[in-house]
Amino acid sequence: MLTIEQGLRDAIIEHARRDHPDEACGVIAGAYGSDRPTRHVPMLNAAMSPTFYEFDSADLLALYRDMDARDEEPVVIYHSHTATEAYPSRTDVNLASEPNAHYVLVSTRDGAHESGPVDFRSFRIVDGQVTEEEVRVVERYDTDESTQKAK
Amino acid sequence: MAIEVRIPTILRTYTGDQRAVEAGGSTVAELIDDLESRHAGIKERLVDAGDVRRFVNVYVNDEDIRFTGGLQAPVADGDTVVILPAVAGGAVDSL
Repeated sequence: MLTIEQGLRDAIIEHARRDHPDEACGVIAGAYGSDRPTRHVPMLNAAMSPTFYEFDSADLLALYRDMDARDEEPVVIYHSHTATEAYPSRTDVNLASEPNAHYVLVSTRDGAHESGPVDFRSFRIVDGQVTEEEVRVVERYDTDESTQKAK
Repeated sequence: MAIEVRIPTILRTYTGDQRAVEAGGSTVAELIDDLESRHAGIKERLVDAGDVRRFVNVYVNDEDIRFTGGLQAPVADGDTVVILPAVAGGAVDSL
């Protein structure tokens, strides 16, 4: 299950809408091992494409250095599909390389980039296997839960 | 012989969960061969048909080796090499 604050969920949707019809992508980093996404890092889609995304290679290095320095990891890796459903494509599965991350997909198809609900779904992608998981949106993380969930 | 190589999560199965290992060589190609000699299987995840895999990024002192000679990019003692899988995907089928 992915537990995420409402503000972060909304920020992902906002980013996806802004970049439509190109795919938007980014990370929500969080403390290593906490499984709690806290810091939104919208990334540039270097491919600038409606059907493909890729973090720019220099930005990718800077992102991982920054996360290392803060003892963080990419808890959520998100991107949008702009004409298809919010479900991992074969490309998404083949290229997934963070077994601990929640892969979030949103879809801005059918006018969702302008108004109405945006599909927001989360998956684990490990060894080519896709497992959808529940998304629990909370107003704010509570402190008890962090102690409980910390590994 | 002391070049630090930072290993991404997904490849730590080859390094006994170590986040960084040491290796030697005068080019990235030699460095990867040296890694392979102690962490068998890792080379195949990095190299394909004589080149760095399309969705693997290798940096020597923060420079992506795609711009500095690819596998022939030079390395020397004291350098830091970072390996990062690309973060990429999208609706396009089968890349």
